[in-house]
Amino acid sequence: MARFGMVIDTAKCVGCMDCVVACKTENSVPEGLNRDWIEYEVQGKYPSLHMEIRSERCNHCSNPPCVYCCPTGASHVHDLGGVVLVEHNVCIGCKACIASCPYDARFIHPDGYADKCTFCIHRVEKGLDPACVSVCPTHCMSFGDLEDPNSDVTRLLESRNHHALIPEAGTKPCIFYLV
Amino acid sequence: MNPVSRRKFLKISAATISVAAAGSAIVKGAEALGNKSGKEVKGVQKIPTYCDICFWKCGAIAYVNDGKLWKLEGNLEDPLSRGRLCPRGTGGVGAHYDPDRLKSPLIRRSERGREEWVEVTWDEAFTHIADKLQKIKAQYGPEAVALFAHGIGGNFFKHTLKAFGTPNITAPSFAQCRGPRDVGFRLTFGEDVSSPERTDIKNSQCLVLIGSHLGENMHNSQVQEFAEAVGNGASIIVVDPRFSVAASKAKFYLPIKPGTDLALLLAWMNVIVKEGLYDKDYVQKYGFGFEQFAAELTPYTPEWAYPETGIEPELIRTTAREMARYRPATLVHPGRHVTWYGDDAQRSRAIALLNALLGSWGRKGGFFYPVSMDVAGYPYPAYPKPEKAKVDNPDNKYPFAHETITTGIREATISGKPYPIKSWFVYATNLIHALPNEAETIKAIQNLDLLVVVDVIPSEIAGWADVVLPESVYLERYDDINVEWFREPFVALRQPVVESPHDQKPNWWMAKKLAEKLDLGAFYPWKDIEEYIIHRLTTAGLSFDELKKKGILRGSKQPIYFDEGVSAQFPTPSGKIEFYSLQLAKAGFDPVPKYRRPLPGPLGSFRLLYGRSPVHSFSRTQSNHILMDMVAENEIWINADVARRMELKTGDYVRLKNQDNIVSNKVKVKATERIRPDCVYMVHGFGHNSRGLKYAFQKGASDAQLLTRYVTDPLMGGTGMNVNFVTIESEASHG
Repeated sequence: MARFGMVIDTAKCVGCMDCVVACKTENSVPEGLNRDWIEYEVQGKYPSLHMEIRSERCNHCSNPPCVYCCPTGASHVHDLGGVVLVEHNVCIGCKACIASCPYDARFIHPDGYADKCTFCIHRVEKGLDPACVSVCPTHCMSFGDLEDPNSDVTRLLESRNHHALIPEAGTKPCIFYLV
Repeated sequence: MNPVSRRKFLKISAATISVAAAGSAIVKGAEALGNKSGKEVKGVQKIPTYCDICFWKCGAIAYVNDGKLWKLEGNLEDPLSRGRLCPRGTGGVGAHYDPDRLKSPLIRRSERGREEWVEVTWDEAFTHIADKLQKIKAQYGPEAVALFAHGIGGNFFKHTLKAFGTPNITAPSFAQCRGPRDVGFRLTFGEDVSSPERTDIKNSQCLVLIGSHLGENMHNSQVQEFAEAVGNGASIIVVDPRFSVAASKAKFYLPIKPGTDLALLLAWMNVIVKEGLYDKDYVQKYGFGFEQFAAELTPYTPEWAYPETGIEPELIRTTAREMARYRPATLVHPGRHVTWYGDDAQRSRAIALLNALLGSWGRKGGFFYPVSMDVAGYPYPAYPKPEKAKVDNPDNKYPFAHETITTGIREATISGKPYPIKSWFVYATNLIHALPNEAETIKAIQNLDLLVVVDVIPSEIAGWADVVLPESVYLERYDDINVEWFREPFVALRQPVVESPHDQKPNWWMAKKLAEKLDLGAFYPWKDIEEYIIHRLTTAGLSFDELKKKGILRGSKQPIYFDEGVSAQFPTPSGKIEFYSLQLAKAGFDPVPKYRRPLPGPLGSFRLLYGRSPVHSFSRTQSNHILMDMVAENEIWINADVARRMELKTGDYVRLKNQDNIVSNKVKVKATERIRPDCVYMVHGFGHNSRGLKYAFQKGASDAQLLTRYVTDPLMGGTGMNVNFVTIESEASHG
């Protein structure tokens, strides 16, 4: 079984937001809302600073609270790659999933359903990378099968130090940040 | 990370949903625009073109779905984008759908600057302009007309106005941007750095950035290569009063006191020469005046530089040695927007000299020799020879200005000397935001008999115009082909991918029609731009059809380094790299740069610094809904300790007041560790006051408005603009 994930190299990322813009045009995300975003984590005191820049989105968790708490089954795990998706027609917009997500990755679409990153499953099914990955001018993002020992993502995780976000939540996130 | 922030954002966005639903740029705009020609094209078409959101001219593929623009991606064939656009390029879709776009030609109907217009036909607009221009020509001569034009779209207006007979053609890209850099490098190597820059970042093993904030400025190829260099483990040295994104990638970050970069550069060179770390063979083979140069450096020790720059002597030594360690693959980046303190050409020359010591010019990992396709220009008739010399630089006051000085033209327009300027033509450059001291610009405008502005949005300069001509955005028009000078030869095509939604027209069409109205039709022997492009391509043995399909035609690779066979020629007076410049000495300037301490600001004020956002270009993208959705207003960066003392926190609104009592629009505080306590920083281009820019109106503050002072570079007339100081006033005191 494939297990899709992303590996993002924070050493290369410049936080330019091309990933955010590309997601918006690819998926017609309404104005004022976004499925991915940039975080700056700054530590230290000027001028001795450390800054990590991260492109963040739904972590497509292997242990997804948003799926477990969904009363209608709209939030579900897709057969392909374990991607977490929302069936728009089944979603009643109750926001339980929004409350359950430790990453604040979800929002209510103006049409009334919970929305978030889909890993661009419509592209992935055609053998393409998600839009954010495909446009990144720094080539800092990789997408692939975490279960495949020969995939780029697996090899990057084997060769570089990395971390995931809020691992203590126990959700088993599938997005990893190289440091 | 602040896990609360996104939840807050969701709450806020609930309030904006109604707005979004009413005016969503993507969905609604597409429905509203329709398809004028009625040609129904079903399904997804991919059409190559090249971008115009900035001047980099990246190759793009436009996706048009059922006749409507959907998205933009990079063209893999293009050596500039290498298949990936920057966020502004990706967001270029928003330029087409912008509801605030100029829609038809306008003629002013009340006093200047009131933004009150009458819509007219194109013919009425051209007749009006031509009548005025002919009167000006009869009374003052054709030289009394000046053109300010930015980017490749300006080519045809340049052509029309040269045919009209004026030599006064200019752009802020020289005296308000890269001019000092190009002068500094010309004085040293005999050639400038050109655009796109000939910097071989991807092969650099050591990259030095001085105030250049790659990653925040998104010069696409450079940012891509920067990330590549970081990935390759290159040693990055960043000098900046602000902990930039690039600084966060650096092995060495030097938190320099603003305005003292030249002191640091001299100290670095002092160490490299004194310790014998320079490329002796290279200097001996190609250098001129090295002994005199070395002698001049003697006083500039790291200990001397310490109190000037605030950089500890050991850090200066360590970084100098680091640069020498990786030479010649050490690139001391020349920057681009370098009009900072008025000593900019000499500072840039010091950067050139440091590169010369490291032997990086013409070497892999340093500066390559750009190459180009051999595509001739169109065989036009010869232009009439202007009777008067250019107006911008009387008596050759700025002897090393090799391009026309915008602010020189402005000065002449105000004073009428050396001769009067009575008309400005402004193409794709918002002079109110691009030139320092807005009051001087407005004073000059009041002396004009005719101000024509060609733009896609109602920019501030359009607000002052007598005639406004609405241009099609780049996605709706052909432009001149881009025969680029870069790593490899190629030609790029800009072609329309969708139709203009209203009565907008491409620049070539306007320039041609205007020429015809001025009885200069002979200068436009071609019927339309396709005929023009086909002529140029066919003469060069290239196929228009193939270019239309691919967007890019590439030539064969050519040598770009000395090692590959490029002959080392330096078109300086000595024919060598000029460590000591006799031409500078002869003109009364320092033959080797000398440091002069910058003047301090009023007590209790902060030096105002400005820069770029990765999602905006100048002041021209704040009307683009997609890009504004990323960054909707700028912030004023204030050192966290300073903010605490002033009881300011991130998100508070303040106003900035400069030394001349000019008060800004309200602007949000960003209290951050990422900046020195003696300066503040903001992104350029925000704080629009043009009422036509409904979406961008008064979002954030305009740095340009606060730049009332500037120091003119004595070598070339550039305007150093980092010489303004502000105090911070709480928004409450302004109501």
